[in-house]
Amino acid sequence: MKQFFAFVRKEFAHVLRDRKTLFILFGMPVVQILIFGFALTNEVKNSKLVIVDQAKDLASQQIISRIEASRYFDIEKAVMDPAQIESAFREGKIKLALIFPANFSKDLMHLNRAQIQVIADASDPNTANMLGNYVSSIIQDQQMALNQGNKIPYTIVPEIRMLYNPQLKGAPNFVPGVMALVLMLVCVMMTAISIVREKEVGTMEILLVSPFKPLLVIISKAVPYLFLSLINVISILLLSVFVLDLPINGSVALLFAESTLFIITNLTLGIFISIRTNSQQVAMLISLMGMMLPTVLFSGFMFPIENMPLPLQIISNIVPAKWFYIIVKSIMIKGVGFAAIWKQTLVLLGMTVLLLGLSWKNFKIRLA
Amino acid sequence: MIQVNNITKVYGKEKTLAVNDVSFSVKEGELFGLIGPDGAGKTSIFRMLTTLLLPDGGSATVNGFDIVKDFKQIRNSVGYMPGKFSLYQDLSIEENLNFFATVFNTTVEENYHLIKDIYIQIEPFKKRRAGKLSGGMKQKLALCCALIHKPTVLFLDEPTTGVDPVSRKEFWEMLKRLKAQNITIVVSTPYMDEATLCDRIALIQEGKILSIDTPAAITASYPDELIALKSEKMSALLKALNEFPKIKSVYAFGEYAHAAFQESGVTEEEIKTYLTTQQIALLEFKKIEATIEDCFIGFLKN
Amino acid sequence: MQEIVIKTNKLTKRFGDFIAADQITFDVSKGEIFGFLGANGAGKTTAMRMLCGLSLPSSGEATIAGFDIYKQTEEIKKNIGYMSQKFSLYEDLTILENIRFFGGIYGLSNAQLKYKSEELLTELGLEKEAKKLVGSLPLGWKQKLSFSVAIIHEPKIVFLDEPTGGVDPLTRRQFWDLIYKASDKGITIFVTTHYMDEAEYCNRISIMVDGKIEALDSPANLKKIFQSESMDDVFYQLARGAKRSD
Repeated sequence: MKQFFAFVRKEFAHVLRDRKTLFILFGMPVVQILIFGFALTNEVKNSKLVIVDQAKDLASQQIISRIEASRYFDIEKAVMDPAQIESAFREGKIKLALIFPANFSKDLMHLNRAQIQVIADASDPNTANMLGNYVSSIIQDQQMALNQGNKIPYTIVPEIRMLYNPQLKGAPNFVPGVMALVLMLVCVMMTAISIVREKEVGTMEILLVSPFKPLLVIISKAVPYLFLSLINVISILLLSVFVLDLPINGSVALLFAESTLFIITNLTLGIFISIRTNSQQVAMLISLMGMMLPTVLFSGFMFPIENMPLPLQIISNIVPAKWFYIIVKSIMIKGVGFAAIWKQTLVLLGMTVLLLGLSWKNFKIRLA
Repeated sequence: MIQVNNITKVYGKEKTLAVNDVSFSVKEGELFGLIGPDGAGKTSIFRMLTTLLLPDGGSATVNGFDIVKDFKQIRNSVGYMPGKFSLYQDLSIEENLNFFATVFNTTVEENYHLIKDIYIQIEPFKKRRAGKLSGGMKQKLALCCALIHKPTVLFLDEPTTGVDPVSRKEFWEMLKRLKAQNITIVVSTPYMDEATLCDRIALIQEGKILSIDTPAAITASYPDELIALKSEKMSALLKALNEFPKIKSVYAFGEYAHAAFQESGVTEEEIKTYLTTQQIALLEFKKIEATIEDCFIGFLKN
Repeated sequence: MQEIVIKTNKLTKRFGDFIAADQITFDVSKGEIFGFLGANGAGKTTAMRMLCGLSLPSSGEATIAGFDIYKQTEEIKKNIGYMSQKFSLYEDLTILENIRFFGGIYGLSNAQLKYKSEELLTELGLEKEAKKLVGSLPLGWKQKLSFSVAIIHEPKIVFLDEPTGGVDPLTRRQFWDLIYKASDKGITIFVTTHYMDEAEYCNRISIMVDGKIEALDSPANLKKIFQSESMDDVFYQLARGAKRSD
C-alpha cells in the first residue's frame, strides 16, 4: 500500500508540475461552457419574430405589447400570408412566427378559450425550443393577468408548431454535452498519454524490472485524473448554475455518483488504449479521432440520434458518452431519480467491466 | 551468477536475428562487459536477462533463477539502468530516489551506504529536477536509483554513450568502487577503450559473440605482429601502405597507423624506402601490442 | 596562403545571463579537417548552430564560405552540408529516393542528380541496394550514406555532429576514409566527436571549455604544449576543470 501511495504521489507531481497542460485541462471546460453558453443566449436575445395579427383587437394587442417588452425578440409586424411566412423561414429571416386568428378575441370572450398559432424554426432545435417556451410563458402571463378576479378562467392555448424537426428530439442542452466531452478528453487522452509516456521515456522498463505490480502502475496512474475530472465536473456545474442560470433539478449526489462512474469508464478506456499503443502520438490520435469524434457525433449532444440512419443509431450505442449524456440530461433537466436512469447506469457499468477485463487480458508484463 | 545458454532473439516479419545463439557466464562479483557497436544485440541481451523480453531460443539464469519462469524473483533482485535516460525529468533528485526506493520496497536510509559515495556528489542539488541536471549528474542519479534496493546483479546498458571522456572516466571509477562492494556488474558499451576496465568481456557484433575472455587474453591472442607507423599525413600514409605488396591490414589509430604484414615480416628500412618513393616521410616505426580495437577489427574481417 | 572558409571573430551567444559561447575566434581553411571538441555542455552545439546560420549570435562577427553570418544566412545554407549523430535520412524512403530528395532540395538538375546518385552509389558499393529502404540498412551504412548525401551538392563546408557515435570500429575507419576523400576534393570538414583517436585524424582541433575555446592547434602541437602522451590526456587536463555541463 505504501508503494501505491508513493506512486500516486509521483503522479500528482507529474500532473501538477506540467503547468501548461494543467491550465488547458482546467481552462478548457470553463471556456467551452462560456462559449456554448453565450453563443446560445445571444442568439435567443436577438431572434427575429414575425407577428401576423389577423384579429387586431385588444386581446391580441395586449399580448403583442408584452412580447415587445421582452428582450428576447426583435419584432416585425409585417402582414404576411402563409406563403410569405414559409419563405421567410426558409431564408432564415425569422426564427418564430406568431399568428393570431381573426376571431381571437371573440373566442376568448365567448368560449373562454382561444388559440394562438406559434411556428418555430426547429432546424436549430435548441433555440426553437427556448423561443417556444418564452412565448408560451409570455402568453401565460397575459392569461394570468386576464384571469385576475375572474370566476370563469380564460384560457389561451399557444399551439406550437415546430418546423423541420417537429418532434424536437435530441434537443440538446449543452451542459451535459460539454461535461461528457471534457471528461472524455481528460480521462481518455490524458491517462493514455501518461502511461505511454513512461513507455517512451523508458521508465516503464525500470518499473517492470521491480517488484511493483505492473497493474498497480496503471491503476495509480489513473487516480490523479479521477480527481482532476471531479474538479472539472464541479467547475462545470458551478458555471452552469451561477453564470448561465441553468439549475440542477435532480439530486446533486446522484449526479456526482454517475459522473464518477463515467469518469472511471473513460479511465479504463484510456488505460486500454495505452496498453495497446507504444507512442504518445498514436495514443493521442486514437483518443482524439477514435474517441472525441464519436463523442461529438453520437452522444446526441450536437446531432439528434433519432434522425440518423439506423446503422448509425446502432453504432451510437457503443459510445459511452451517449449514455452519460442521457443520464445527466435526465438528472439536471428533468430532475428524475435513479429509477429512471438505472438502465443507462448499467450500460456504463458493463462497459467499464468489459474494458477492465480487456485491459487485464492485454496487459503485458514484458516489453514485446 | 549469470548463466546464458544459446539464447536467440528474433524480431519482426523479416525474422531479423538480433541475438544469435549467444552463451556466456558471469561470476559473482565480476565486472563483465558486452562490447560492440549499436545494433549488435547488446540491449536485447540485457532485456532478456532482466526478464523484459522472452528469448526465442535457449535459456538463461540470473542468480539461479530462470529468466522465463522465475521472472518475479529476478525482478526483485536485479538493478537495471536502461540505455535511454530513464528517470522522471519533472521530479527532483530526492523525489526520484525516494520513489524508486519505495517501489522496490525499501528506503533510502536502509541502503544508503551503497550509494553514499555517488550520492554525496549530487546531494547539494537534491531539490533540483532531474530534467535540469547535467548529463554526468543524471547518470549518477540513475545509478543511485538502480542501486537503492541493493541488487545482487547490476545491469547497465550503455551508461557512457554520448558522454564526454571526462564523465566517462568518472563513471568507470564509480563502477570500480561498486565492484569492491561485491556487486556483480554487467555493462555494455560501444567504446572499445572501456573494455580494458572490465574483468572479462564479450565482443559482440550483429548478434553474435566474436570472443569472450579477459581483455588481456583477447589482446594476447591477436594473431599478427602489429607495427605502429607515423607520418605527417594519415590519409596519404594509409593509402600508400594499403598499396604495399606485403601488407595484410592497416588502420588508423589516433596519430598512428597500425599495420600487420605477411608472415615474412618487414624491416623499418624496407618500409621507409617504400614510403620515400611515395613522397612520405616515416616519422616513427615501432612494434606494439594489439589493443581491443585491433582485435575487434580483426574479428570483423574474418 | 590557403583560402579561409570559416572566419569568426569574438563570436558570442548569450541566453539571458548565461553565456553559451564566449568570444569564439578561429579560422578554418579550405579542405581542412577541423575537429571541434568539448565536454558535454561546453557550448559546441550552440557554436555550431551559429555557424550553420540556424541561430543569430549575440555579438561578434563571422563569415562562412564568404557570407556574413547575420545577413546572408540563406546563402550560407546553400553552401554548407550538415549531418548529425541522429541519422538524418528518411527511413521509409529508398536509398535512391533519399538521394533524389536531398539533391533536389539543393537544386541539383535532373542530369546532375542522375550522375551524382550513380557516382555516390558506386563509391559506397550500394548499387544493388539502391531500391532498398534506408531503414533496413545497418547503422554504419546509414551513417556513410548520410554523409555522402550531406555533400551531394558539393558544399564548401560540411558540419558533422558526432557522426560516428555507436558505429563499429571498422565502419568508423571507412567513414573517415570518406572524410579524407571529401577533404581532398577541397570540402572543409568541421567535425565533433567523443572519440579521442578521431581527434588525432583532424588537421587541427579546438577544445571548448565552459563556452570558451581553451586550446586550438594541431594534435601533435597540443600534445607538446600539454606534455601529454595522448589526446585523451590533453582533453582531460582541459575539461577536468569545467564548471558547466549540459
